[in-house]
Amino acid sequence: MSAPLLHAADVRKTFVVRDESGRRDELVAADGVSFTLATGGSLALVGESGSGKTTIARIVAGLETPSGGTVELLGEARTGGRVSRAVRKRRARQVQMVFQDPYGSLDPRQTVAACVEEVLREHFDGDRCWRRERVASLLQQVGLEERHADQRPRRLSGGQRQRVAIARALAVEPRLLILDEAVSALDVSVQAQVINMLVELRRTTGVAFLFVSHDLGVVRQVTEDCLVMHRGRVVEAGPTADVLDHPADAYTQRLLSAIPRPGWQPRRRTAEVSDA
Amino acid sequence: MSALPLPPVAAFRGRGGRAVRSLAEDKLLLASGAVCVAIVALALLGPLLASGSPSRTSILEANLGSSSQHWLGTDALGRDIFTRLLYGARLSLAGPALIIAVSTVLGTGAAITAVWVGGRVERVLNRVLDVLFAFPALLFAILVVAILGTGLVAPVIALSIAYTPYMARVVRSVARRERSLPYIDACQLAGLSSWRICSRHILPNVFGVVRAQASIAFGAALIDLAAISFLGLGVSPPAAEWGLMVANGSTALLNGYPQECLAAGACIVVTVVAFNLLGERLAVRSEGRR
Repeated sequence: MSAPLLHAADVRKTFVVRDESGRRDELVAADGVSFTLATGGSLALVGESGSGKTTIARIVAGLETPSGGTVELLGEARTGGRVSRAVRKRRARQVQMVFQDPYGSLDPRQTVAACVEEVLREHFDGDRCWRRERVASLLQQVGLEERHADQRPRRLSGGQRQRVAIARALAVEPRLLILDEAVSALDVSVQAQVINMLVELRRTTGVAFLFVSHDLGVVRQVTEDCLVMHRGRVVEAGPTADVLDHPADAYTQRLLSAIPRPGWQPRRRTAEVSDA
Repeated sequence: MSALPLPPVAAFRGRGGRAVRSLAEDKLLLASGAVCVAIVALALLGPLLASGSPSRTSILEANLGSSSQHWLGTDALGRDIFTRLLYGARLSLAGPALIIAVSTVLGTGAAITAVWVGGRVERVLNRVLDVLFAFPALLFAILVVAILGTGLVAPVIALSIAYTPYMARVVRSVARRERSLPYIDACQLAGLSSWRICSRHILPNVFGVVRAQASIAFGAALIDLAAISFLGLGVSPPAAEWGLMVANGSTALLNGYPQECLAAGACIVVTVVAFNLLGERLAVRSEGRR
């Protein structure tokens, strides 16, 4: 197998937190996380809130620097600190990210078209006419209509905003798209539409997905591989179907048994459920 | 008169999440805006409207009440008060305008830079602001006047520096909130330069607050400058300026001729109230827009 698209080895991230009395304390958000994502693959990061999945996603995107371990994209290690314009642009072409909050993901002052066009202008030499066509085709690709192009985010629904965020991310034609709870804030019917659109996107463009979610049902639809995280550690990894159908780890089993389904009796919240 | 502490814009919030009314319905904003525009227009066009010269003295016509010839009466030297107010408007408004222009640019620039770079730069800026806050603006202005001499330049320089932290503090808090939103992360991931993100994304999104705070600070700067003129540290006597006119008229006031003090004082009050109300409404609107 050639160099994988993404390889994370022993990634560790600690945050320094201070309590009311000002005492320093360390919060371990990720501890010894390793995984590999092949070109065009799709990997899910699942786990409950606070399990460190978003931290891993942000490290892969380059928005956080790991406290330890390495992240390699196309065989090139990510380094923190200041980078040149050329490196910045090359990284943008490698990884893009869609965020959880549809309301904060777009500049409230920019129209949909301007938002996507700004990215195009930064990365491609095409003239205005080319950009306009490209914007139109990107919006079409994510299921938006032409009339949305001149609207500001205020007038768009949550689902439409996430589509714009996805179009903006796709504008640079990235190799890897990180979706950080990208559909969690949407209501179920809109969620289903966006998920179908994402599956279709990956089929047509060959972009790889790093799909962060707490929703196991969605994970099954979108990803082939799956990584279960609990308290900053990977507790189980493997093909999504195997992990979800035959969970080996006790935590994964509890996570699965917490999914509401017909005839399901919610268990009382006990220390046993939230604690390992 | 003393240096008014500037209330931070964040204090003016729309009540209970009430929807922000459309521009046409916001009567207070329109009214205060209209008064501000009228004041500025009078300052610019004043000399065209006034009949006589602001410095023509006439001992025979000293301390006259209002008449068809002298609408607001005359001062102790027989100069027409209305004419002097019109001519004085330019000087009285130009000073605060300069102060606000300089302190807005410096304060906003410093705040956005600090928020963007973060870390040590932000901590250093916070300490510098704390030190500047510790100086009373008026005292600082008097100090600079003592060094550079009286006139318009020294107080304007001093107050520009003194007002910068007020702008910076307000912009910093809004810029920090903006910085934490995911669309800024998205801009970074898209490979946009820091300059572009700050100037094209953060700045336009904090501009509503900048505009509101600038309007409120304009009123405070006008009062401070008038106070400096009143104390005799600003522009020198033959010139027409509102603060100076209040000082000038104080002798006549004690002799039973309050017209100069009242007229100049009223000009200051109307202008300050109009700019404060405008700033307050702008602040409420920029809050409600999110």
